[in-house]
Amino acid sequence: MRRVVVTGLGLLTPLACGVDETWSRLLAGKSGAGRIKHFDPSHLACHIACEIPLGDGSDGTFNPDDWVPAKDRRKFDRFITYALTAAEQAVRDAGWTPEDEEARQRTGVLIGSGIGGVESIAETAVTLKERGPRRVSPFFIPGALINLCSGQVSIRYGFKGPNHAVVTACSTGAHAIGDAARLIRHGDADVMIAGGAESPICEIGVAGFAACKALSTAFNDQPEKASRPYDRDRDGFVMGEGAGIVVLEEYEHAKARGAKIYAEVLGYGLSGDAYHITSPAPDGDGGFRSMSAALRDAGLTPSDIDYVNAHGTSTPLGDEIELGAVARLLGDAAKNVTMSSTKSSIGHLLGAAGAVEAIFCALAIRDQVAPPTLNLDNPSVQTDLDLAPHKAVRRRIDVALSNSFGFGGTNASLILGKV
Amino acid sequence: MSDIAERVKKIVVEHLSVDEDKVVESASFIDDLGADSLDTVELVMAFEEEFGIEIPDDAAESIQTVGDAIKFITENS
Repeated sequence: MRRVVVTGLGLLTPLACGVDETWSRLLAGKSGAGRIKHFDPSHLACHIACEIPLGDGSDGTFNPDDWVPAKDRRKFDRFITYALTAAEQAVRDAGWTPEDEEARQRTGVLIGSGIGGVESIAETAVTLKERGPRRVSPFFIPGALINLCSGQVSIRYGFKGPNHAVVTACSTGAHAIGDAARLIRHGDADVMIAGGAESPICEIGVAGFAACKALSTAFNDQPEKASRPYDRDRDGFVMGEGAGIVVLEEYEHAKARGAKIYAEVLGYGLSGDAYHITSPAPDGDGGFRSMSAALRDAGLTPSDIDYVNAHGTSTPLGDEIELGAVARLLGDAAKNVTMSSTKSSIGHLLGAAGAVEAIFCALAIRDQVAPPTLNLDNPSVQTDLDLAPHKAVRRRIDVALSNSFGFGGTNASLILGKV
Repeated sequence: MSDIAERVKKIVVEHLSVDEDKVVESASFIDDLGADSLDTVELVMAFEEEFGIEIPDDAAESIQTVGDAIKFITENS
């Protein structure tokens, strides 16, 4: 069996642009939440989100000019800029920019997004209505399509292997990494650029999720307190934006070129709830089965797991259902496991969440530390699991599991391990 | 140089992010200024917007150079 390892990381998150910049702020317990700046949210139920810190590029801020030329950015929605930014970091980190044709053909791209260019679609709909079809930009469609993250990345680097995209709502990033790992395992490619990107923080995006009653609305005056997974006062998720991209590589390929290896993708599991379009099944069986499938794929048992990066979005229903499923899976081993929700810090990056959180798992394994769950003042349930309230937990982490669950009842679990 | 030529060149510089001195009348959008077929569609839209005219598709196809654009707009605005 071909083994798959992680050899490059790229992050653009509400905490910072950059992997180290994000990770240090995450471990320090910083929050990326604030009042929405991208548009005036006053007329909406939710006024807050975790937005990328724009700036001149210093001190972890994101200066788009450093990553994607303005003339290109004009032609696509923000989520593609985010994907290109994180992909550039990951490719540089892995040192993988092959010039020869065969290596390029053995390198593929699989980047997903939950809702893609939703802001462009909304704006173009207004243009169409108010000014007619002759004013619709020729770049509207290729600038809004979800698979154009993979397309743009492949064009930029000449990667001619499998070119694919995932669209599974909030499970997108995890599915992208899992599917990309399988393409390598199966022999379709030796290297895959994989992950997710999302830019949902626009008027129609916030209005839409608010209409589903999915967003926190009780903390508009205290944005940093709003994302509080497992806490009794939680009332919905806080929307985030950004991208997480990894370079996955066949183990012998990585070893042969002396690549730095962060972790191995040990297991990947998928399941469907077959229950409801937005609500998770109350018995948590979908999550339980995706985690079980990932363990089976990895050839591991529950007692092998050290750290769980939870889906944990801070919604009243979802958090406890996931907690129940994890407790059921782990049984007696639960008391030895740390589980945190990094969404307490960066919010919910939707289609990018699973990829960003898989990167956090790789870093947790590298640095032997579990990032904290912020704002967990009063847990709403009793559990044997250590939920890492407020502070990062230094501990042995050889195996980490990351959960992602999406609208439509789509579940993905990834297991990463120390090499 | 006419006012129309100046405005056309300004649009081309902005949309194609090219140096002003390259935007001469003989310059082809695709061969000399790095545009692709979608860029040329967008350029025509920008000309329509700037000069308040409509450029029919068959006329748009014949606008290949900066000079072609200036000539068409001068004759039709």
